[in-house]
Amino acid sequence: MELVLSIGIGVLVASGVWLLLRPRTYQVIIGLSLLGYAVNLFIFSMGRLKTNAAPVVQGVDVVDPANFADPIPQALVLTAIVIGFATTALFLVVLLAARGFTGTDHVDGREPER
Amino acid sequence: MIPGPEHLVILPIVLPLLAGALLLFFNDQERVLKATVSIVTSIALLVISVMLIRVAHSDGTAENGRVVVYLLGNWPPPFAIVLVLDRLAAMMLLLTSVLAIPALIFSIGRWQKAGPHFHTLFLLLLMGLNGSFLTGDLFNLFVFFEVMLAASYGLVLHSSGPQRVRAGLHYIAINLAASLLFLIGVAMIYGVTGTLNMADLAVRIPRVSPESMMMLEAGAGILGIAFLIKAGMWPLAFWLPTTYTAAPAPVAAIMAIMSKVGVYVILRLSLLFFSEETVSAGFGTNALLLGGLATITFGAIGVLASQSLGRLAGFSVLVSSGTLLASLGLFEAGVTAGALLYLVSSTVAISAFFLLIELVERGQDQISNVLAVTVEAFGDEEVDEDFEEEVGVVIPGTLAILGISFGACALLLAGLPPLPGFVAKFVIIDAGMNPGGADGGSVISPSAWWLTAFLILSGLASLISMSRAGIRAFWAPVDAVVPRVLVTEILPIAALLVLTFAITVQAGPIMRFMQATADNLHDPRIYIESVIDAPRAVTPMRETTQ
Repeated sequence: MELVLSIGIGVLVASGVWLLLRPRTYQVIIGLSLLGYAVNLFIFSMGRLKTNAAPVVQGVDVVDPANFADPIPQALVLTAIVIGFATTALFLVVLLAARGFTGTDHVDGREPER
Repeated sequence: MIPGPEHLVILPIVLPLLAGALLLFFNDQERVLKATVSIVTSIALLVISVMLIRVAHSDGTAENGRVVVYLLGNWPPPFAIVLVLDRLAAMMLLLTSVLAIPALIFSIGRWQKAGPHFHTLFLLLLMGLNGSFLTGDLFNLFVFFEVMLAASYGLVLHSSGPQRVRAGLHYIAINLAASLLFLIGVAMIYGVTGTLNMADLAVRIPRVSPESMMMLEAGAGILGIAFLIKAGMWPLAFWLPTTYTAAPAPVAAIMAIMSKVGVYVILRLSLLFFSEETVSAGFGTNALLLGGLATITFGAIGVLASQSLGRLAGFSVLVSSGTLLASLGLFEAGVTAGALLYLVSSTVAISAFFLLIELVERGQDQISNVLAVTVEAFGDEEVDEDFEEEVGVVIPGTLAILGISFGACALLLAGLPPLPGFVAKFVIIDAGMNPGGADGGSVISPSAWWLTAFLILSGLASLISMSRAGIRAFWAPVDAVVPRVLVTEILPIAALLVLTFAITVQAGPIMRFMQATADNLHDPRIYIESVIDAPRAVTPMRETTQ
C-alpha cells in the first residue's frame, strides 16, 4: 500500500510540476490542481497509513492508539481541499479575465516572438 | 456576562471579519457608509492593539513581559488551536492598524469607487494579517495566510485592467504553488513530531531522534521556502516588483506589510524551533544570511535600474526584505532588535511612498490611461462622473508638500538621519560589530562585516536613485502640471511621515521595547511555558448541562 500511494503521489507531482511550467494558462491551472491532489494525499500519509481503523476513539476505557487512525491529518486535508478548491475557482476567473483582456491564453499575456 | 480583558486578544480577528461581512449587505453605492464603517473599524483596531501592546509589555514581570494565551474551545494545551499574544505579535498588530488607517483614508478619494467590495476585501485582508500574527498553531497559520492571500488577490485585481490582470495571474499562480509547499512542510513536521502547536513543537523538536531529524529539517526547509516567497528573497522574488507596481496605491500601501508577514513567521518559527539549546541550533541561518545579501544586491540593482517610480518602490521592498533576512541570519539578539526597528520604519516608509507615487504620477499624465481602462472595465457611467467631480481641488503649494514628502521617503529608504531608517541601520551595524555586548571581547564575525558593507551600499543605491527620480519629478519639468490632489490623500502620507519622525524622537523607549522583544525571541522559554501551562477558563455552566 505504501508503494502504491508513493508512486501515485510521485506521478501526480511530476505531471503537476510539468504542467505548471507550461506556457498556457489552462495547463497551469490543471497543474496546480494535480499538485493540490498530490499534497492532500501526502498530508494524509503523514498520519501513517492504516486500513479499517476508525479515527474516533469511543468509550472511556483505556485505548491503544495503535488501533485507531490519526484524525488530525484527515481534518487538515478537509480544510486544505476546501481552500484549494476556492483558490482554484478564483484563479479560473482571473484566467478568463486575462484571456478576455489580452486575447491569448499565454501566461505572459502575449505570444512569444518567433 | 461582560467579557474580560483577556478576550481583547481575539478582537483583532473577529472585528474586521464582522465589519467586512456586514458591509456585504449594502450596495456598493453606499460609499460614505462603507468608508465610515471600515475606517471606524480600523481605528478600533488601533486602540485595541495599543491596549494589547500595553498588556504584553508593561504587565507581568517587568523583565520578561507577559504572554497572553487565548484557548479557542477551551481545550487544555497543546490540544486544539490557541492564540498567543506576546511583544512581537502586539507590535505587528499595531503596525498593521497604523498602516491600515492612512490607506483607507487615502482610498476615499478615488480607489474605493474603482471596483466592487473594496472595503470588505480590505477588512478581510486585515483579519488575515492579524490572525497570522496572533495564531499559535502551524495549520491555523496556513488558514489565516490563505484568508490574507485570497483577500489580496481580490485587491490586486481591484479596478481590473490588462496590466493588473496579467500581474495578478502571476501573483496568484506563485502564491498557490507556495501554499502547496507550505502544506507539504507542515505535513512533514507533523509526521515527525505529531503536533502542530508551535510551543509544543518547540518542546518536542529537541527530543526528535537523530534519524528523524533529517525529515524534520527538510520539512522546516520547505516551510521556509514558502515564507521566503512571501518575503521576496532572491531568487524567489521576481513576481514582487511587478505585482506591487500594478496594485492600486492604497492596496500596495497595505501590501508593504504582507511581505513582512513572511519575515515575521521566519523570525518567530526559526527562533522558536531552533533556539540555542537544540541540536540543530541556528538551522538555516546561513541560508538566510546569504539569501538576504543576494536579495539586497538584486534589490539595489533593481532600484538603480528602475525607470518608473512604481518599480523603484517595488524594488525598495526587496531591499528592505533582504536587509531583514540577512540581519536575522546573524542570529544575534542585538541585531534582531535593530532589525525589528528597521522592519517598522521601512514598512511605514514604503507604505507612504506607494501612496505618494500615485499623487506624483498624477501630474505626469499617466493616470489618464489608467482611468480610461478602469471606467471601461467597470462600465459604470456614474463612477465616471464621480471621478471628475471629486478629484480636483488644487491645494496651494501642493508640489512643495509632495516634494517634502518625497524627500522624507528618500531619507527613510536610504537610511539617513534624522529619520528612523538611520537609527535602525545604526543599531544593526553596532550590534553586529559588538557581538556579546559593548564591552567587546569576542571576535567580529565575517558575516557582520559583509552585512555592514551591503547595508551601506544599498543605502547609497537608494539615495542615488531617489535623488534622480526626485529631480526628474519635481525639478526637471519646465511646464509642470500641478497634480490635483485631495486633502484626504495628502494627509495620510503626512501622518505616516510625521509618525516616523516621532519614532526618532522617542527612539530610546522604542529601542528598549525592541530589545526586550528580541531577547524574548532569542530565549523563547517564557513563550513556551506560557502556552503549555495556560490555565483553562472556568466553565460554571458545565455541571448544569450534564
